[in-house]
Amino acid sequence: MELCEDPYIEMQGLSFSRGERVIFDKVDIAIPRGKVTGIMGPSGTGKTTLLKLIGAQLRPDRGCVLVDGENTTTMKRSKLFSVRKKMGMLFQSGALFTDLSVYENIAFPLRVHTDLSEALIRDMVLMKLHAVGLRGARDLMPSELSGGMARRVALARAIVLDPEMIMYDEPFVGQDPMAMGVLVQLIRMLNDALKLTSVIVSHDVRETASISDYIYVVGDTHVLGFGTPQQMLNSEDPRIRQFMQGLPDGPVPFQYPAKDYREDLLGSGDA
Amino acid sequence: MHKLLARLRLLGRAGLEGFEALGRSVIMLSRAIFGRSVFGSRYQLLLAQLYSVGVLSLVIITVSGLFIGMVLSLQGYNILVTYGSEQAVGQMVALTLVRELGPVVTALLFAGRAGSALTAEIGLMKATEQLSSMEMIGVDPLKRIVAPRFWAGFISMPILALIFSAVGIMGGAMVGVNWLGIYEGSYWGVMQNSVSFTDDVLNGIIKSVVFGFVVTWIAVFQGYDAIPTSEGISRATTRTVVYSSLAVLGLDFVLTAVMFGGL
Ligand SMILES: Nc1ncnc2c1ncn2[C@@H]1O[C@H](COP(=O)(O)OP(=O)(O)O)[C@@H](O)[C@H]1O
Ligand SMILES: [Mg+2]
Repeated sequence: MELCEDPYIEMQGLSFSRGERVIFDKVDIAIPRGKVTGIMGPSGTGKTTLLKLIGAQLRPDRGCVLVDGENTTTMKRSKLFSVRKKMGMLFQSGALFTDLSVYENIAFPLRVHTDLSEALIRDMVLMKLHAVGLRGARDLMPSELSGGMARRVALARAIVLDPEMIMYDEPFVGQDPMAMGVLVQLIRMLNDALKLTSVIVSHDVRETASISDYIYVVGDTHVLGFGTPQQMLNSEDPRIRQFMQGLPDGPVPFQYPAKDYREDLLGSGDA
Repeated sequence: MHKLLARLRLLGRAGLEGFEALGRSVIMLSRAIFGRSVFGSRYQLLLAQLYSVGVLSLVIITVSGLFIGMVLSLQGYNILVTYGSEQAVGQMVALTLVRELGPVVTALLFAGRAGSALTAEIGLMKATEQLSSMEMIGVDPLKRIVAPRFWAGFISMPILALIFSAVGIMGGAMVGVNWLGIYEGSYWGVMQNSVSFTDDVLNGIIKSVVFGFVVTWIAVFQGYDAIPTSEGISRATTRTVVYSSLAVLGLDFVLTAVMFGGL
């Protein structure tokens, strides 16, 4: 596996478990600077968890996470908040603040972190809203948006501070085909025009492969593979093939860890 | 024997989990209220919370205070009149309210009205990833969400308790003076002579300050620590009301023993 020379994010020997359940076991992941990197894997493997580890919202049990050369695992809480300003994150649900309007949601990071005048804030908010095609929705409340719209507003909010990196958690889920096309273009365009580093977490093989420069396939607590989308699609590794080509079952179990099915059905209820 | 050991182990684990939660809540509160604020206009957030936590509780507090004062007056009159000392109704109503029922009932009502709302609100923000996204924007939700709510509850409680007692005393006068015909001068006069500011009013205020601290702390912690699912939030809300009520009643005994028990 080739490692990129200049990673923006570097995770080394990262292990993380939730209670008894091991989510990651000594994984090494490097996210190349200025590229779009897809992280793919079946749902429940810990992709969202991985993003939270990058954002240092969760601390690994072992190993470390370097963001632009700085180790966030040992960082003080106050320092962490300033590092996070360099990252934008698009949550799976959008996670808009429900007590603020669309406009105020996007203005929020600006109001907190800058001293810009109201007129400038307005311009910036409207520009970002225009970019996601929702300039007309500025006065709506989050409860009045569809899931796909909420995600686009959240995207506008995530980029309003011009971060160095942006993480997308399942951006394609629940988007209609037209919004999907716009979104795919937008992610690519943002990455190239603003020289961002992008991380896309997804299980949508086609969309992710179409915009990623590199892809990690994760599953079963490990990194199963890393390479260009073409390399991954043509991979000989049966576990990667299974996921990328959507085969129902194979070396990577579709089932959440459980005891033997037969035994479970026939067993007496004495567990 | 085996079962007994298992029980014992379960008890031990529950105890440890309790202490762990207590530790987490202390850390949460100290992070929320100490240290530099990340947001310039914090007082605006505080005002908004004072409104939703304090002002919106006014109706339930005044109505309850009024009825409790009226009932106290009626009950007191029926007992005292047999000794011919119905002028003391004012004293009885005022002392009962200022020392005990004002702080305690206000705290119980507050836990049900505002505490549960705080828990549900913060828990839902957690479940919908609003707290996480705020963290990722570089704003500490403890400072921005938890702190203003905590202070609002802490500040509102003594004020609400005072309002409760005042309204109750007036309700008592309505029943005692206007309905049962106690001489108005003695209702207020006896009250004024027997209620001491430091011993009674101040001690009552101290009680409600303590209750305000504890109830709001429990409420914001339960929300912040809730398991982010609908079931988790509903359980957290229940816990807020149960723990707050028990804490208020238990602490009331301790405080009363210290203040009035001649310890
Ligand atoms: N807050 C949590 N507490 C306990 N377990 C969790 C929590 N969040 C996620 N998990 C578990 O961690 C695993 C990975 O979850 P997640 O990262 O959300 O997966 P993905 O995003 O790949 O679908 C899942 O098995 C899930 O059950
Ligand atoms: Mg996920």
